[in-house]
Amino acid sequence: MPWFRRSKQNIIAEGPKKEIPDGLWTKCNGCGEIIHRKQLEQNFFVCPKCQTHFRIGSKEYFEILLDRGSFKEMDKKMRSADPLDFKDTKPYSDRIKDTIKKTGLNDAVRTGTAAIDNHPVVIACMDFGFIGGSMGSVVGEKIARAIDKARKTERPLIIISSSGGARMMEAALSLMQLAKTSAKLAQLSDSGVPFFSILTDPTTGGVTASYAMLGDINIAEPGALIGFAGPRVIKQTIGKDLPKGFQRSEFLLEKGFVDMIVHRREMRSTLSRLLHLFQN
Amino acid sequence: MAKGTLEFERPIIELEQKIEEMRKYADNLDIADEIGTLEKKVDQLRESIFTNLTRWQRVQLARHPDRPYTLDYVGMIMKDFVELHGDRRYADDKAVVGGFASLEGRTVMLIGQQKGRDTKSNLYRNFGMMNPEGYRKALRLMQLAARFGKPVITFLDTPGAYPGIGAEERGQAEAIARNLFEMSHLPVPIVATIIGEGASGGALGIGIGDRILMMENAWYSVIAPESCSSILWRSWDYKEQAAEALKLTAQDLVEQGIVDRVIAEPIGGAHRNPQKAASILKDVLIEEIDGLAKITPDKLIKKRIEKFSKMGAWKE
Ligand SMILES: [Zn+2]
Repeated sequence: MPWFRRSKQNIIAEGPKKEIPDGLWTKCNGCGEIIHRKQLEQNFFVCPKCQTHFRIGSKEYFEILLDRGSFKEMDKKMRSADPLDFKDTKPYSDRIKDTIKKTGLNDAVRTGTAAIDNHPVVIACMDFGFIGGSMGSVVGEKIARAIDKARKTERPLIIISSSGGARMMEAALSLMQLAKTSAKLAQLSDSGVPFFSILTDPTTGGVTASYAMLGDINIAEPGALIGFAGPRVIKQTIGKDLPKGFQRSEFLLEKGFVDMIVHRREMRSTLSRLLHLFQN
Repeated sequence: MAKGTLEFERPIIELEQKIEEMRKYADNLDIADEIGTLEKKVDQLRESIFTNLTRWQRVQLARHPDRPYTLDYVGMIMKDFVELHGDRRYADDKAVVGGFASLEGRTVMLIGQQKGRDTKSNLYRNFGMMNPEGYRKALRLMQLAARFGKPVITFLDTPGAYPGIGAEERGQAEAIARNLFEMSHLPVPIVATIIGEGASGGALGIGIGDRILMMENAWYSVIAPESCSSILWRSWDYKEQAAEALKLTAQDLVEQGIVDRVIAEPIGGAHRNPQKAASILKDVLIEEIDGLAKITPDKLIKKRIEKFSKMGAWKE
């Protein structure tokens, strides 16, 4: 969707969430259209009327991007060890257990080898539904191993980000995952294997300040919130309202921090074209 | 009493002041005895308070308004500091200082986050909160050092990267990420020291190194305790609990396998005796820099990447 048509929308982060609801019918937060789940699915979870991209998880994204049956998951069983025995209003270990039960996922990223249009790749996709897609030791380690896999097998790397940032409940250990993943990417870069970073709504904090911004090519989905500080923090700091469209994909393209904005419908064909160009 | 005196420092400082006053009138031996008793008492008090600091108290020490900052240490530790300015792209960020200096005859590139001490200097230094041009200036200086084979010393002391409109427009996240990436394979030794506050990605943006050192009363974490409290407890009132939960002290970070070495501070904290704090820091830095000087660049980079690759804890 062109940015100039968004002008009437409220683009601040506290705006309505865009996760896919469980019911059969769902209302688009972009335009209010009532959409049937089947129709949404067929349309890549994008509103057919206003093109708002709904938040989706790794399962949906893999189905959209990958050749059928090509995905072989790595480190599927890796889970958080709650290294700091962290407790806020609820013990972190309980939060992890409950989230695993609720989502059927073991943490906020899934990684593996796969193929896109017969091009072999290593792919990682984050799940915002798992504690806000936050990066703790498990996310950092799985991403690091995916990078290693890409380097050793010389397969291009694709990471689809969706995250609120580093996971507070692992404190400094989460912070060090920024260092770990960036160090691994430096190694990958030195060995000449390409990395495509796909930024989806939302990608903020520590994930943006590490691998999400380090793609050889950075691709954003339309209208995604992408930034370092969250809009609420910035608003509090400067005590002013934020400009319309601030920290959205279109803003980042304009400021020079993403190479392109690609509609989810065209993501697979775009990646296929890039993989082809890099290969030949 | 100094304006910035912390609640738990108060009984010590009150006693010290009393002793000083008594000294002024100490013309006879009777008072000398009394002074001796009081001095013993203040020593004991200092010992008992400072060996049992809570994590929140350490955070307060790390933020103490009299605590030495980067340029204070540079003045006490280094000679011939030549400050270099600007990122060659946009501006000169005053929240970070850097330049060549001599550490007992060794030329090093010193880069450190810089806070101000009063309102005016804090505004000038943006409270030690860097903008993207600051990270890019730091990177430019590191790469300059690398071209001439000089080791890099960084001092971390920031409440965080600046969260502003301009910062986002100019790519705060990209600037930090780029530094993590480039520092990982910089072909000269890097020694990073957390001297005060190590808040999140804003601190880490100059914090990749072969050796990570941390001063005894510094803190380092993914978020400040107050912000952690506001997000997880939905109130600003749980900063003490948040500080405990985050396990953010130098000793905690050694146990987590993140920090290599804790640098002792004079009793009561670096601000009570900056000269002594600086001299301890200087000896450690010389030792660390000399230890790294013998390692070849390839091996240095390999070990540095391995070091960060090991960090974290998980089950499988
Ligand atoms: Zn719509």
